[in-house]
Amino acid sequence: MRWTLAAIILIGFIAPAVRAQQRAECLSCHSETTLADQDGHSVYVDGAKQKASVHGSLNCTDCHASIKGYPHPEHPAAVNCGTCHSDEAKDLVESVHAKASAEPCLGCHRDPHAIIPVKDMQSPVFTLNIPQTCGSCHGNPELAKKFGLANVYALYMDSIHGFALTKDGLLVAASCSSCHGSHKILSHTNPESRTYRTNIPATCGSCHAGPEAQYFAGIHGQQLKAGNPQAPVCADCHTAHGIARVQGVSWQMQTSATCGNCHKENYATYLDTFHAQISALGYAETARCWNCHRFHDILPPSDPKSTVAPGNLVATCGQCHADATVSFVSYHPHADPHDRKSFPALYFAALFMDLLLLSIFSFFGLHTILWFVRSFFDRPKGGLRAEGG
Amino acid sequence: MNQNNTNDRYYTRFSLGQRYLHGVLMATFIGLALTGMTLRFSHTVWAAAFARAVGGFSAILFCHKFCAALLTLAFLIHVGDITYRGLVKGQRGVFWGPNSMVPRLKDLKDLYGHMRWFLWLGPRPKFDRFAYWEKFDYWGVFWGMAIIGISGYAMWFAPFFARFFPGSWLNIALLIHGEEALLAAWFIFAIHFFNTHLRPGSFPMDLVIFTGRETEKELKERHPAEYERLLEGGQLQAAQTSAPPQWLKIFGRLAGIVVISSGFVLLILTLAAFFGGK
Repeated sequence: MRWTLAAIILIGFIAPAVRAQQRAECLSCHSETTLADQDGHSVYVDGAKQKASVHGSLNCTDCHASIKGYPHPEHPAAVNCGTCHSDEAKDLVESVHAKASAEPCLGCHRDPHAIIPVKDMQSPVFTLNIPQTCGSCHGNPELAKKFGLANVYALYMDSIHGFALTKDGLLVAASCSSCHGSHKILSHTNPESRTYRTNIPATCGSCHAGPEAQYFAGIHGQQLKAGNPQAPVCADCHTAHGIARVQGVSWQMQTSATCGNCHKENYATYLDTFHAQISALGYAETARCWNCHRFHDILPPSDPKSTVAPGNLVATCGQCHADATVSFVSYHPHADPHDRKSFPALYFAALFMDLLLLSIFSFFGLHTILWFVRSFFDRPKGGLRAEGG
Repeated sequence: MNQNNTNDRYYTRFSLGQRYLHGVLMATFIGLALTGMTLRFSHTVWAAAFARAVGGFSAILFCHKFCAALLTLAFLIHVGDITYRGLVKGQRGVFWGPNSMVPRLKDLKDLYGHMRWFLWLGPRPKFDRFAYWEKFDYWGVFWGMAIIGISGYAMWFAPFFARFFPGSWLNIALLIHGEEALLAAWFIFAIHFFNTHLRPGSFPMDLVIFTGRETEKELKERHPAEYERLLEGGQLQAAQTSAPPQWLKIFGRLAGIVVISSGFVLLILTLAAFFGGK
């Protein structure tokens, strides 16, 4: 017992001393700023920075484990961060970055001798710095081209998330890793990925809990749950990276066309209405899809809870048309004049108008052409107007 | 424009009231067509650009409603005038005879004769004061104003309209408002402009609607039946009037050029949008 205590005290005092001695030995060469290996790569180590880093208490050979003494081989074995960071290393091996470079850790964590805590604002993986760190590859058009990546960096930086994070400095704003994860970044085609289609609502919902609940209460979320592959998820309407502020007029102007990507017929009939016409002229305060159908908790008209269920139309239309009545809401905002079964009166009115235009222009078109030809050969000599009116 | 013909005899074709009526109709029609077609073809580049230039949709709708109200007023004054003259004062000529706009058998005969003349099959018919195509223009506008007006006011005051009629009629109102307007605009900008101004013999412009006067030569050439009727009835002297003042001719020419050219631009744009989709 006494010996054990003495040994602990001895190791406690001696170990740092031994470590300091080893560091000093390594740095006696590696503190030389011009030191380079045979290939000309710098092997200089900033001792002070290393001392201040999260790994400052480690010995050089803790990481450079293949080096047993001096002289060491010209090319010592690569450092394996996974020796200590085994979970992260395992995640990284499964990720899209596993083969991205020879040293995938350093791509994001940068200088291996100057790694500082994630919470430190200087860290390249501090929340506010993540977009720039990821963007150093993903914002590079050449790399994007080489690996077939969408140039998502620019889209993100102009998005509401990008503005909130990089301009307003909000730590709660979504950075790259909020959606993609950090070490286990998987392709969106991998069903385990946080950005796989069916996982997107949960991923967005990790911050936007309210909209997530509304989405799953609505028909889109229900269809997704039921396994309908066509059911839209958050990114289908909001896009993935260039997410705009929904209160912005420029975004609101595009929303109807977005719904129209799937709801083609309803979009086509909407375009025939006054609502759509004034929207196309840049007028924001008009009915767009979501003004009547709502957005996350959209329900089909057959559902009595739906805003467009027959019983709720007076209230829904009444949002804008204050004096809407039951009769007023029998106006059909998606009437199709070509649909004889559903809209017979409109169908025949359209048919009548078409025939009217066709007959009048056929008759007078011919009349005019014949008149032109005849009067050209029979025009009054010298003109009529010459003298008068 | 030969100034050496000032001794020509002039005859009244349109009264000052009729000229004002046409003036209001013309100005408001252009305003209505310009703003209405912008809405109808709102997906086009020119519509969006025009809307932006005039201050957005609010300005367009205000202009549309303003012109509509003005035209309605003119329409009501015209109908009131006809009713007063025809029913209260008992002028039967308003509803029947050569000075009336009501079609007669002669109009059908003239149409047939005119078509034969087109094909070199017969002589040119002797038209009276109002030829069949002029009556068609009149009734086209009359019917058009009633249809477009009623459907337009139904949409303007939609909730009020829905108190008396089903709201689903508003679907039909929008449809016929737009289609009838297309009919009216294309008819005026293509057929009416050609018939009255652009055909050989009238080209480039017939100023009679601005000056209200036509020369004896014009009267004989265009309305021979009227000329003969007046001559035989000894009324020719009474129909004679002074030469139109120069400023009126200049005004008429300017107004005509503006309206005809803007009508043509709108005709081409709407035809392209209707058949081309863009």
